Amino acid sequence: MRETQSSTPDAASAAKPQTGWENSILFVDDVSVSFDGFLAIEHLSLVLEPGELRCIIGPNGAGKTTMLDVITGKTRPTSGRVFMHGQRIELTSRSEYEIARLGVGRKFQRPTVFPGHTVAENLELALAAPKGVFRSLLRRVSPAEGEKLDQILATVGLRAERTRAAGLLSHGQKQWLEIGMLLAQDPRVLLVDEPVAGMTHQEVERTAELLLSLAGAHTVVVIEHDMDFVRSIARKVTVLHEGSVLAEGTMEQVQRDPRVTEVYLGEAA
Amino acid sequence: MKDRLFQIHSPRAWIVLAILAVVLLAVVPAVAPASLIPLLGKFLCFGIVALAMDLLWGYAGILSLGHGLFFALGGYGMGMYLMRSIAGEGVYRSNLPDFMVFLDWKELPWYWHGFDNFGFAAVMALLAPGLLALVFGWLTFRSRIKGVYLSIVTQALTYAAMLLFFQNATGFGGNNGLTDFKRILGYSLQADGTKVALYVITVCALFASYFGCRALVNSKVGRVLRAVRDQESKVMFCGYNPRDYKLFAWTFAAVLTGLAGALYVPQVGIINPSEMEPSASIEMAIWVAVGGRATLLGALLGAGVVNGMKSWLTASYPDAWLYALAALFVLVTLLLPEGLVGLLRRIGPLERARAKPPSAPRVSSGLSAGAAPVETTQGKA
Repeated sequence: MRETQSSTPDAASAAKPQTGWENSILFVDDVSVSFDGFLAIEHLSLVLEPGELRCIIGPNGAGKTTMLDVITGKTRPTSGRVFMHGQRIELTSRSEYEIARLGVGRKFQRPTVFPGHTVAENLELALAAPKGVFRSLLRRVSPAEGEKLDQILATVGLRAERTRAAGLLSHGQKQWLEIGMLLAQDPRVLLVDEPVAGMTHQEVERTAELLLSLAGAHTVVVIEHDMDFVRSIARKVTVLHEGSVLAEGTMEQVQRDPRVTEVYLGEAA
Repeated sequence: MKDRLFQIHSPRAWIVLAILAVVLLAVVPAVAPASLIPLLGKFLCFGIVALAMDLLWGYAGILSLGHGLFFALGGYGMGMYLMRSIAGEGVYRSNLPDFMVFLDWKELPWYWHGFDNFGFAAVMALLAPGLLALVFGWLTFRSRIKGVYLSIVTQALTYAAMLLFFQNATGFGGNNGLTDFKRILGYSLQADGTKVALYVITVCALFASYFGCRALVNSKVGRVLRAVRDQESKVMFCGYNPRDYKLFAWTFAAVLTGLAGALYVPQVGIINPSEMEPSASIEMAIWVAVGGRATLLGALLGAGVVNGMKSWLTASYPDAWLYALAALFVLVTLLLPEGLVGLLRRIGPLERARAKPPSAPRVSSGLSAGAAPVETTQGKA
């Protein structure tokens, strides 16, 4: 443990944020998800400020990925609602592609790219642009977009691979490509599920730098098991356990919370 | 615009296509006996169907086993015109088509009105398959039916339509269908000149269909369709609605298939519900599988090879055809998953075509040329 300085420990016990959502970018309001009686998420509430970088941790089965599924429209909650921009836009009633168009981008746990397309084509498909059929018929990459793609390729270190089929990339390169696709999509909220799985130490450091640089202009939510990685980027941490928020606060606050230590950090740290 | 048109092929491919056009349009009509022309025309119609099937299956990952229905609808549209154009010249000298007289119908059913006009019939031959595809596709894609389930539903659809068309009461001539055509737009269908003209029109339609499909698969829509085929969920998280793209490809392919059916009927002289048999639609999928998916040219090659074999075998060894077709399908599936085109690539002539993915360098053409290799810290796979 690198951090030794502690602050008020009671802040970590704010398990159910009921206030502060008015100016939030993303507001998960008392969401429950039940799969045939099994409660994957139970009365989960979460408030994300614009521009913040939030890490979400929790043991396996805590409901982290299910929460992302609910936010992105892949899974419909049994009860509760999800909003963007305070309560101005409700996401719960919308489909995946509508939510993506509203500015929610997602990186999957397993790198998910289009294997038969080249690296550049993968990025082109992700680019923020009109996504309707008829508008795509004659659409080409504009010079400005081409420059943006070039920049992203440089950022994710894949310039030399631009014409390679994405399916031929190494695991780490695919992770980077998927992050690049998120950058091309330029979403308001980035949901990043285990970004450093399968990356080398160097790659992990670069990912940390990249995510830190994205926060501010974007709201970034990172789900990660790698505690060193979380410590290196975390400003605010939410701990999930058995489908609901167990604790929330800075890394130090969370680590000092005896309940957290019991279910999770006690074993990990 | 002009640049874009020429970019869809390498210079070498343009030369091959030009030679092919000259052979089909100039050499064949001059050399081939008149009796062979309609047979070739029929093959070319199947070629158009194969393009549509490849667009759907190869690029969008939608395996339709019911495109015989759209083919038949196009064919019936044209057949209805051909029937109306001989009004009063049938066996019964009636204004109604013979089969209606036989059924003791006194007047033309409402849906036959307008088909004495060639333009109307031609539009309907494309519109009817298109509209049916639109409605059917909207319902199925909305319900997220895909893969083998979609194939089964399409098979059921064409089967149901076949049963419907078999009924005399449906008003399309029952199991005999529509036949005994005499002329199209005043030209006798028996005349050599008419046969050659129909053949030439079919060649032009085939080329137009090919370039249409090629432009489509090279467009951004084509890239999205391939993405839907490979990773549909990721496509949604990129902000595309896969349903719209699938529906577009599905309807486009149905219209193309209807066009093929409309060109087919005047050349073979008959349209009946057997075109809607499930096996007919399955054969269409086999053309594409044999030729090689997601290549377009492979689909044409497959349609030619399979139908050539069929013509020869059904004439020489009628009992052997179905066994041969089954054997061919099994062999291709086991040994040539990429079809004949895959084989040609492996043994040489098309090797250069494979070295570079066809659409790869054009994503942002202004940048690919001078992009210097940049250091990467990642290891290569």
